[in-house]
Amino acid sequence: MIFKNAQLHEDSLDIAKLEQKPTRAGFGEGLVEAGDKDPSIVALCADLTESTMILPFKKKYPARFVEIGVAEQNMAGVASGMSAIGKLPVISSYAMFSPGRNWEQIRTTICYNEQPVIIVGSHAGVSVGPDGATHQAVEDMAIMRVLPNMTVVSPCDMVEAKKAILAAAVLRKPLYLRLHREKSPIFTTLATPFEIGKAEIFFDSDASACDVAIIATGPLVHNALLAAGELEKLGKKVRVINCHTIKPLDEKTILDAARMARHIVTVEEHQVAGGLGSAVAELVAREYPVPIEFVGVQNRFGESGDKNELIEYFGMGVSHIVSAAQKVMNRSNQ
Amino acid sequence: MNYVDDKKVIELELKANDIRQSIIEMLVSAGSGHSAGPLGMADVFTALYFHLLKHDPKNPALVDRDFVVLSNGHICPVQYATLAHAGYFPVEELKTLRKFGSRLQGHPHRTKLPGIETSSGPLGSGIAQAVGMAIALRMDKKTNFVYGLVSDGEQDCGIAWEAAMLAGREQLWNLIAIMDRNNIQIDGFTEDIMPLEPLRAKYEAFGWHVIDVDGHNMAEIVNAVEEAKAIYEKPKMIIAHTIPGKGVDFMERRFEWHGNPPGKGPIDKVPADRQAEEALRELRTLNGKIRSEHE
Ligand SMILES: Cc1ncc(C[n+]2csc(CCOP(=O)(O)OP(=O)(O)O)c2C)c(N)n1
Ligand SMILES: [Mg+2]
Repeated sequence: MIFKNAQLHEDSLDIAKLEQKPTRAGFGEGLVEAGDKDPSIVALCADLTESTMILPFKKKYPARFVEIGVAEQNMAGVASGMSAIGKLPVISSYAMFSPGRNWEQIRTTICYNEQPVIIVGSHAGVSVGPDGATHQAVEDMAIMRVLPNMTVVSPCDMVEAKKAILAAAVLRKPLYLRLHREKSPIFTTLATPFEIGKAEIFFDSDASACDVAIIATGPLVHNALLAAGELEKLGKKVRVINCHTIKPLDEKTILDAARMARHIVTVEEHQVAGGLGSAVAELVAREYPVPIEFVGVQNRFGESGDKNELIEYFGMGVSHIVSAAQKVMNRSNQ
Repeated sequence: MNYVDDKKVIELELKANDIRQSIIEMLVSAGSGHSAGPLGMADVFTALYFHLLKHDPKNPALVDRDFVVLSNGHICPVQYATLAHAGYFPVEELKTLRKFGSRLQGHPHRTKLPGIETSSGPLGSGIAQAVGMAIALRMDKKTNFVYGLVSDGEQDCGIAWEAAMLAGREQLWNLIAIMDRNNIQIDGFTEDIMPLEPLRAKYEAFGWHVIDVDGHNMAEIVNAVEEAKAIYEKPKMIIAHTIPGKGVDFMERRFEWHGNPPGKGPIDKVPADRQAEEALRELRTLNGKIRSEHE
C-alpha cells in the first residue's frame, strides 16, 4: 500500500483521477520563485526559451536573462564565468544538447572549477516522442553521474520538479536537473518530503517484511507504484523507493531495502548502463549483493512515436516492471 | 550566365508546388513537426533533386552520386517529400512521418531511409560531416560534389565556424554549402537573437566563395549552383534568401511557425481547425507560381 509518510495524492494509484502536467512546468514555476528569493540567480538559454520554461523568469527578470543562441558549449563556459563573479546561473536546453553536447565544458569549467551552475536538461528520455532518436536523451544521467562534484536530480512529477529547483538554488553546487517534455501524472503533494540526496519510500506493503524493492526515478516512479499495486494483489510484499537523487545516492535507504527485500528492480527512462540501475548496482555489489533486474532502455537508440507507445516498446511499462519483479524474485530461488 | 530555359523553370516551379502540398499533408498527418523551414526550402530542394544533382533514385548508393548532407535536420519534411516525388520511395509513405515504426523519423536517420546520407537534428554537425566527405572524396580523386545544406540559426553553433575554417584552409572546391537564410530561429528573428550579419563577409574572410540568391527564384538557384561548380579553388557558400513558410500567407516570415504543423500554430490569422485546409487552398491556387519577390 501507499506509504503514509510519503503523503501522496489520495488517488495516486488511479491514473484517471490524477491531473497531468510535465515536470518542466514545475521547474518553470519554481525558477521564478527561486529568483524572487535570490537576486544572484540568472537564467541562460540556447534558443529554446519557451519550451524549456525559462520564459516566465525571462519575462519577470529580463535583466537577469541571457540569450546565448544555439551554442550550448558557449553557454556552459559563460555560466561558469558568471558563477565565478557570484551569480548562480541556471542554464537550460534539451538534455540532448546540454549536457549532451557541452559535456567537457561542464566537466572542466563547472565541476573541476567547483563553480555552482544548475544545468537543466529538458525533453529527456524517449517520451519526447515524435522528434525521434536524435532528440531522445537516454544517456544524460550517466554522463553527469560520473563527474566529481556533480549532483544529479531527476524529479518524478511536476510538484517535485518545483521543489527540486528551489532546493537546488539553496544548495549552490554544480547540479544537473533532468526534466521531461510530456505530461505525466501529478501524484506527490506539497506535503511529500523532498530533500536532495534523500530517497523516499512511496509504497510499502509491510514495514517488517518485503519480497522485492523497486527503486525508480523520474515520472516512471508512477509506473512503479502501479506495478507494486499489481504485485501486492498477487500476494507479494513490495517496497517502492522514489530515488530522485541519482548522485549522491541515498545509500542507507537503498541498503535497508536491499537487506529486507533481497531482490531489487531499478526503473528509469534511460539506458540501463550508467544511470540509476548502475548506481544502485555499484552500491549493492559493494555492500550487500542481491539480484537486480534493470528496467530501462536496453542499449538501443530511441524512435519516433508517441510517449506511451515508446514507453511500452522500450520495455518500461507497468507490465514490464511486474515481470522484472517476478523474474528477480525467482532468481534467488534457483 | 543563364543555365536553364523557361520551360524547365516552369516545370520545376510546378514540382516545388507539389512538394509544398505534400509537406502540408504530411505535417497534418503527423500532428507535429516543422512548417516554416521546409516550405521555405522547397524551391532549393526541387532544383537540386530535379535538375542539378547527379543521383539515381532507384540506386541511392550510386558510387558517383553527389552527396547531400542536411545539417538542419528539423526541415526533413522537405527532403522526405522531395525524395518521394523523385522516386526514392512511395509518395504514400509520406503520411507515416513521425509515426511509430516509420522510416520517416522526426529527424532523418541514415540507416532507415534511402537517400539520407546522415542522421541529423542536433545543429551544426552536418556541415562538419560534409567537409569530411569532401576531403575524403578529394583524397580519392573523385569529382562528385558534396552539397551541405545548412540553416542560419545553425550559424550560432561554434562547430559551423570550425568546419568553415577547415574547409577554407583545405580549399574544398567540391563542397557547395547552401544556407537557408530565412532570418528566423526558435526564439525570434536571427538578428535579434544572435546577429549573423555580415554573413557574406564572414564566409569570405574564412576563404569561401559566396553567392547570394533569391531562394524562390528557380533560375537564380540553378545559375548559382552552376557557377559554384565552375569555381575551382574555394569552398562555395550559396546564401539562399528565403521566406519561412513560403507559399502559405499566414505562415510567411513568422518565427512562431518554426516548429508547428498546420492546426497547431498561431491562431491570430487563421483558426487552428482551418489552418490545414487554408494552407492547401493557397498552395493549389498558386499553381506553381512562386517567384522572386523582387521581380
Ligand atoms: C545543438 C542544437 N541545439 C538546439 C537545437 C534545437 N533547435 C532546433 S531548430 C532550432 C533553431 C535553429 O534555427 P534555424 O535552423 O534557422 O530554424 P528555422 O529557420 O528552420 O526556423 C533549435 C535551437 C538543436 N536542434 N540542436
Ligand atoms: Mg532560420
